[in-house]
Amino acid sequence: MNWGSFLTTQLPTLVVVIVGVPAVIVGYIVAGEFLVRRLPDAARPSVRPWLWVGPALFFVAAFLVVPAILTAKASLETSKGDFTGLTNYARQLGDFPSGGAWIAIRNNVYWLVLYTLFVLAFGLILAVLFDRVRYESLVKSLIFMPMAISSVALGVIWKFMYWYQPPGQIQTGTVNAILTGLLRTDPRIWIQDPKVNNFAIIGAAVWGITGFAMVILSAALKGIPADLLEAARVDGAGELTVFRRVIFPLMMPTVVVVGTTLVIFALKAFDVVYVMTGGNYDTDVLANRMYKLLYFSGNTGGAAAVAMILLAAVIPVLIFNLRQFRAVEARR
Amino acid sequence: MSIAVADRPGTAATAARFSPRWISDRLSKVVLHVAVIGLTAAWIVPTAGILVTSFRPFSKISTSGWWTALAPSFSFTVDNYSKVLGSSNLGQSFFNSFMISIPGTIIPIAIAAFAAYAFSWMKFWGRDWIFLGIVGVLAIPLQLSFVPVLSFFVAHGITSANLSWAPFLPVWLAHTGYGLPFSIYLLANFFRALPSDLFESAEIDGAGTLTVFFRIVLPLSVPALASLVIFQFLWIWNDLLVALIYVGGAPEVAPLTVTLANLTNSLGQGYHLLTAAAFFSMIIPLIVFLSLQRYFVRGILAGSVKG
Repeated sequence: MNWGSFLTTQLPTLVVVIVGVPAVIVGYIVAGEFLVRRLPDAARPSVRPWLWVGPALFFVAAFLVVPAILTAKASLETSKGDFTGLTNYARQLGDFPSGGAWIAIRNNVYWLVLYTLFVLAFGLILAVLFDRVRYESLVKSLIFMPMAISSVALGVIWKFMYWYQPPGQIQTGTVNAILTGLLRTDPRIWIQDPKVNNFAIIGAAVWGITGFAMVILSAALKGIPADLLEAARVDGAGELTVFRRVIFPLMMPTVVVVGTTLVIFALKAFDVVYVMTGGNYDTDVLANRMYKLLYFSGNTGGAAAVAMILLAAVIPVLIFNLRQFRAVEARR
Repeated sequence: MSIAVADRPGTAATAARFSPRWISDRLSKVVLHVAVIGLTAAWIVPTAGILVTSFRPFSKISTSGWWTALAPSFSFTVDNYSKVLGSSNLGQSFFNSFMISIPGTIIPIAIAAFAAYAFSWMKFWGRDWIFLGIVGVLAIPLQLSFVPVLSFFVAHGITSANLSWAPFLPVWLAHTGYGLPFSIYLLANFFRALPSDLFESAEIDGAGTLTVFFRIVLPLSVPALASLVIFQFLWIWNDLLVALIYVGGAPEVAPLTVTLANLTNSLGQGYHLLTAAAFFSMIIPLIVFLSLQRYFVRGILAGSVKG
C-alpha cells in the first residue's frame, strides 16, 4: 500500500468520519429537540417520538421494506422492465429436478435440515457436557472462537482441511489423512465430488456456528433449578433419563428459538459456498444463485424471482417468530 | 456464566472409597473428561492447522501434513506472511475494512439508540405495531433488497467508483439499514427493563428528554451498547456479501473478506500464501473476541431471547 497517499488522504478521511459522523447524528437530535421545545406544549408529545424514531424508520423503509416490495415487482418483469407475468418464476422453477433453481433449492433443503439439526445436536451435547467440568469457560471459549472469524476465512480453513491428493500420495489435508491413515480407506475429493461436497460444506458451516448454539443453550441449562435435577436424581433417575425427562423438556423453548434462527441462517447461506466452490459442482444455494444471476448474467428479473423464492421459504419462520414475540410480550 | 458449575453432580462424593459405586463414578468422570477434552481438541484442529501451516515453508506444506511440523526438527518461517503482504493488497484491504466497519458500526447504533428510546419510553400512534414490524423485518433476507437499492444507487451516482471523496458511503448506508432492526430490537429490550422511577424522578427535577437520554439512559446501557458494538463491528468486518454488492472487488476499496475471497480464486497453486492471508484476516476479530468475549456472549444471549 502507498503510505504517502494513505497519510495525506485516507487517514484524514477516517478521522473526519470517526469525529464527524457522530457529531452529525448528535447534532440532529439536539437540533430536533431544540425545535420541538419551540412548539406549543400540547403538540410536543405527538411530534417528539417521530423525531426520535424518524431516521430509523427511514433507513429500515429505504433499505429493507421498500426494496422488498420493488423486488416482488421486479420478479414479474424482464431485465428491461417490461411486465412478463410469471415467466421468471417459470424459468427458475422449470425443468425439475436439475434445471433452473432446483439444484439450489435441493441444497438449501440439505442446509435447512442437516445444518439446523447438527448444530442443535452438537450445541446441546457440548452445553450439557461442559456444564459438568470445572474448566467450562475455557473449553467454551475454544468452541466459540470460530464465531469470531469470517465465513471467508472459514472457507479457506476448510478447503485446507479437505485438501486432496490422489491415492498413494501423502495426504496433506487433515480429513483425507485421517481417512487414509487411520481408517485405511481411499481419500475423497471432498469439494468437487457431488456425492459428498454439500455435506462437506455444511460440515464446515456447522463447525463455525455451533459455538453460537452452545452458548445460548448453555445459558438456558444454567437456568434450570438445581433442586429439580437433584430431586430427579434422588428418585433414582439415571443421567440419561434426567436429560430426556427433565433437562430437554425444560430447554425446549430455547431449542426452538435457536432452531428458528438457524433455519434463517441456513436459508440465507452464502459466504461459505461462495468461497469453497462458488456454487459449482452442484453445490449452489439460492443466495449464491441470486448473486450470480445478478452479476454474471445481468438477469435482474431472474435474481428477483430467486430472492422471492427465498422470502417464501422464510415467511413461515417469520410468522412463527412474530407469534412467539407477541406471546412473550403478552406475558410481560 | 460460571456460577452454577461448582457442585452439580453432587451424588458422587457420598460413595465410599473403592466400592463398586465409587469405581463407576470415577470411571464416568474419566469418560466425561475424555469426551470434553476430545471434542474441544477436535474443534480447534482446523484453526490450529491453518495457523501452523501459515508458518511453514512452501516445500514442506506441499509434501507433508501440518501436524508433522509439531515434531522436531522444527522449521518455521514468516515467508508466507511477508510474501502475501508484499504481493497482494492485503494492507490496503485491512485499512478499508476499518473504514467500512467503524462508521458502519457507529451510524446504525446511534440511530437505533434514539429509536429504541422512543419505542420503550414514549407513547405514539402505532408504536407497538411498528415495533412488531421491525421484529418481522429481522427475518427478511438481505438478498431481497440488493437489486432495487443498487439500481437506485447506480442511477443517482452513489457508487464507490463515483464518490472518490467517500467511496464507502454506499456500504455505510447499506449497513445502517441492515443493522438497524437487530440493534433497535436489542436496545429497546434493554431500555425497557430500566426502572421507570429513574425517569419520573428526573422529570420532577425538570430534566429534559435529551438530558434523560444522554445522562441516564445511555450511561446505564453501556453493557448493552458494548455488546451491540462488538456484534455489529464483527458482523461488518466479517461480511462478504454486502461488501461484494456495494463496494465490489476494486483493490483500492475492497475490504479484507473480498480480497481474501479473490485470493482463493487467483492463488490456485499459491495455497501456502492463502493460509497466511486467512490468518491475517482473522487477527482483528480474534483480538476483539478474546478481549471482549463477555460482552459478545451477552449480546448473543440478549438478541436470541427473541421469539
